[in-house]
Amino acid sequence: MATLEIRDLHVTVEADNATKEILKGVDLTVKQGETHAIMGPNGSGKSTLAYSLAGHPKYTITSGTVLLDGEDVLAMSVDERARAGLFLAMQYPVEVPGVSVSNFLRTSATAIRGEAPKLRTWVKEVKGAMERLHMDPAFAERNVNEGFSGGEKKRHEILQLELLKPKVAVLDETDSGLDVDALRIVSEGVNRVRESGEVGTLLITHYTRILRYIKPDHVHVFAGGRIVESGGPELADKLENEGYEAYVKGGVSA
Amino acid sequence: MAEAQNSPTLNSVPAGGPPPVPVGSTTAGQIAVAAESTVATRMSAPPSFDVADFPVPHGREEEWRFTPLERLRGLHDGTAVATGEGVKVAVEAPEGVIVETVGRDDARLGRAGTPVDRVAAQAYSAFGTASVVTVPKETVLTEPVRIAVHGEGGVAFGHQVIELGAFAEAVVVIDHTGEAVLAANVEFILGDGAKLTVVSVQDWDEKAVHAGQHNALIGRDASFKSIIVTFGGDLVRLHPRVEYAGTGGEAELYGLYFTDKGQHQEHRLFVDHNTPHCKSNVAYKGALQGDDAHAVWIGDVLIEAKAEGTDTYEMNRNLVLTDGARVDSVPNLEIETGEIVGAGHASATGRFDDEQLFYLMARGIPEHDARRLVVRGFFAELVQQIGVEDIEERLIAKIEEELEASVA
Repeated sequence: MATLEIRDLHVTVEADNATKEILKGVDLTVKQGETHAIMGPNGSGKSTLAYSLAGHPKYTITSGTVLLDGEDVLAMSVDERARAGLFLAMQYPVEVPGVSVSNFLRTSATAIRGEAPKLRTWVKEVKGAMERLHMDPAFAERNVNEGFSGGEKKRHEILQLELLKPKVAVLDETDSGLDVDALRIVSEGVNRVRESGEVGTLLITHYTRILRYIKPDHVHVFAGGRIVESGGPELADKLENEGYEAYVKGGVSA
Repeated sequence: MAEAQNSPTLNSVPAGGPPPVPVGSTTAGQIAVAAESTVATRMSAPPSFDVADFPVPHGREEEWRFTPLERLRGLHDGTAVATGEGVKVAVEAPEGVIVETVGRDDARLGRAGTPVDRVAAQAYSAFGTASVVTVPKETVLTEPVRIAVHGEGGVAFGHQVIELGAFAEAVVVIDHTGEAVLAANVEFILGDGAKLTVVSVQDWDEKAVHAGQHNALIGRDASFKSIIVTFGGDLVRLHPRVEYAGTGGEAELYGLYFTDKGQHQEHRLFVDHNTPHCKSNVAYKGALQGDDAHAVWIGDVLIEAKAEGTDTYEMNRNLVLTDGARVDSVPNLEIETGEIVGAGHASATGRFDDEQLFYLMARGIPEHDARRLVVRGFFAELVQQIGVEDIEERLIAKIEEELEASVA
C-alpha cells in the first residue's frame, strides 16, 4: 500500500534578499485510500507544502524527509516525482501557449505510464473523463489553460487527476474561486478517483465548504508553518464555527 | 513575459534612438505623432537605385547601428565583387505561370520600391540578369511556385520580380540554402484583388551572408501575406517593406527566426500606410540560444495623413533560451492622422518561462521534452500561417534540430 511520509520538513524561500523559513517542521503520513484535509489561514504555509512536495525550484528544503513508499522524494526531479505517483492539482494552473490540451494530456500520460496509450482506447478514455466533468469536447483543442475560466482550469486539473491515476494527490485550494455548481462537479471528480481506493488525497483548503462534498478521514489545522492540531471530521465543524482565530492569536504561529 | 502594449495617444514619446540595452532585454516601443515622418528622415540617405548615392556606412547610422559591418564581407563598401559561381537560381512553376530571365533595362524592374540602404542599392546596381515570374490575371494556382536559391560559395547580386495580375492567386516559396555572400532584392507586385502568399526561407549554411529588400506593392483590395523564416547564415539582414497602390489592400507580415550561437539575424520592417482604408498585421517571433546570438527586429509603421481608415497592429516576441544572447526589438509607430480604425504595437522579450516548465514536468514530462513542447508551442501560431505542408514540416524539424543542438 502506497504511503507518503513527511517528517520534520523545513522549507525556506528567498524573498527581498532575505531567506525566510515558511515550513517549520511538518509531520504527516498519508496512506493510500485516505483523505486528509489540511486547513489553515492565509499565509500559514499550506501552498508551500504543496509546491515543496512537487519540487518547485523556488523552495529550498533545509531539513526533513519525504518518502513515497520508502523512496526519497526530495532526491527526485519534478518529473520523476510525478512519475513516482505524486500529483499536484495547482491553485493557479499555468498557461502554455501553442500546446493543445489533447497533445498535453497524451504527452503526460505517455510519460507517467511509460508507454504511449493506445490511440483508440485513449480517445475514449479522455472523452469519457471529460463528459463526467461536464467539459465540452472542443476543450481538447484549446491551448493549455489559455483563456480558461477559473472553473475550467480546475476541471482541467481534475481531468488530469482522473487520467494520470497517481498514488498520492495533493489538491491545492482546488475549491478556491469556484461557484457551487463547479465545486460540485470538481468534487464529484475527486470522489470518483477516491472511490478507486488507490489514491491518498491531501486536500489543502482555506474553507470548510468543499468538505461537504469530499469527506475527509482526517483534518489537520495548519498554522505558522506546521500542523498544530489533528483530528477527525469533527475538527472541520469546529473550524466552521470558530474560524482560525484561536490558532493565529494563540501564539502557535511564529 | 513582460509586455509593453500601447495604443496611440497624443502624449507622444519623441522618436529617436533608444539607449543601449542589456543582454536579453528589449527596448520599449515608441509612438510618435509627427508632422513629418521620422522613419524617412532618420535614414542617412534618401532611397535610390544607385549605390553611389549612399555613403559607405561607418556603423553609427540609425539603420546600421545594430549590424556588425565587418561581417557583411564587403557588401556595404563595394569590395564584394560578384564571382562566377555565386548562387544558382532554379524556378519551378505550375502551368500558366510565365518565368523569364531579363536584362537590367527591362521596364518591369524597380516598380515596387527603391533601395533604402547601401547594400540594397549595391544589389540593384550590380545584378546581371533578373528573374521575372508573372501569374497572369485571374489565374489561380493550386500548387506553389518554388524558387530555389542555392549558394555555391561565391558572391552574388540578384533581383527578382513576382507579379500577379488582377484577381490572380498564388503561393511562392523562395528557398535559400547553401553558402554564399548574397545581396538581392525581391519585388512583389499585386494587381487589384490579387492574393499572394510568399514564404521566404533562409536556411543557409553557417558562413552565409544574405542582405536585401523585399518590396511589396499591394493593389486595390489585394492581399499580401509574407512569412519570413530565418534559421541559418552567419548574418541575415532583410527589409520586408509594404506600400499600397489602392484602397482596401491588406498585408500580413509574419516572421520566425531561431538565432543560434554567433548568428546575427536582423529583420527591418516598414509598412507605409500611404493609402486610405488599408490593413496591416505584423507578427514576428524569435527564439535565441548561445553566446552572441543576436536578433534585431525593427518594426516601422507609418500612417500618412491621407491614410484614413487604417487598421494596423504589429507584434514582436522573443524567447531567450540561454544566457549570452541579445535581442534588440524596436517597434515604431507614427501616426499622422487620427481618423483611423486602429493602431497598436507590442514587443516582449522573455526568458524561458520556468513556471511553464514546472507545470509540464509536474505532469511527468521530462525537462527536455517539456522545453520542446514550450518552444514548439511558441512558434505554433506562426507555423500554421505558412499553409505549405512540406515547408511547415521542414520548419518543425528544424526547430527540433536546433533544440537538440542546445541540449547536446
